[in-house]
Amino acid sequence: MLAAIAFYALAAVAVISALAVITARNPVHSVLFLILTFFMSAGLFVLLGAEFLAMLLIVVYVGAVAVLFLFVVMMLDVDFAELKQGVISYLPIGIVVAVALLAELGLVASVSMQAQGAPIALAPAQPSEITNAEAIGQVLYTDYLLVFQLAGLVLLVAMIGAIVLTLRHRPGVKKQDIAAQVGRKRSEGVELKDIRPGQGLG
Amino acid sequence: MEIGLVHYLFVAAALFTIGCFGIFANAKNVIIILMSIELILLAVNINLVAFSAYLQNLEGQVFAMIVLTVAAAEAAVGLAILVTYFRNRGSIAVEDINQMRG
Repeated sequence: MLAAIAFYALAAVAVISALAVITARNPVHSVLFLILTFFMSAGLFVLLGAEFLAMLLIVVYVGAVAVLFLFVVMMLDVDFAELKQGVISYLPIGIVVAVALLAELGLVASVSMQAQGAPIALAPAQPSEITNAEAIGQVLYTDYLLVFQLAGLVLLVAMIGAIVLTLRHRPGVKKQDIAAQVGRKRSEGVELKDIRPGQGLG
Repeated sequence: MEIGLVHYLFVAAALFTIGCFGIFANAKNVIIILMSIELILLAVNINLVAFSAYLQNLEGQVFAMIVLTVAAAEAAVGLAILVTYFRNRGSIAVEDINQMRG
């Protein structure tokens, strides 16, 4: 019973805040609602017995992706009101696509509900004597080692790509050039002037 | 009142639809479009984890982790492209993005 109440609360807040993400006027509010959606989904994952993935969702999304979004939204000086104009023309086709998609997905889900009869209680996927993180570790580092390595490769390529894309060399910025600084000769840096007594440097 | 697989599928379907609709509703704003894509991937993750619990199989959760990885990478590269584009053009409107067209 308590689990049912928790599910409905989490699901309702998740869907409402997801709607707020796409309707909010201020993109900063969108990002904050996105964070709320991820928190609620993490709660749903906990209900499903996937605690490790729930924590991963919070760390990766709230800790990294959402902060990245916030940085970009705040860094770019964009006139967001201007971007809102002319969007109405896309709205009818968007509504048609959304209604069709929801009808299809709902139809599939309800047909499977009828085929299945009474809903079967969902239980955590791991055996009860070990934790979820332990169970995932046991399969991730054995059966899915290649996939794990591949995920690391994807992250590496993404990291290099992001650095390459955003790195820029501005002209006119003075930087240290160690080789040139160390390789300087005395003759380049010091000039001896023969100053006559009583005449100064004129 | 038992919460079954179908309930989670409905939540995921709602989130997926909201994500798809968000792309149309904010067709000019790349940042919101990227957030909509994150919503879509989140819906997929909910489906994967729900089926993992339903089938008593951890593979779904492992795959959800891979989806999470790809989503994070996609967000990083997408935002990097966005920042570079904004530097060059001073705008992030989608309809201005046609410089690559031959």
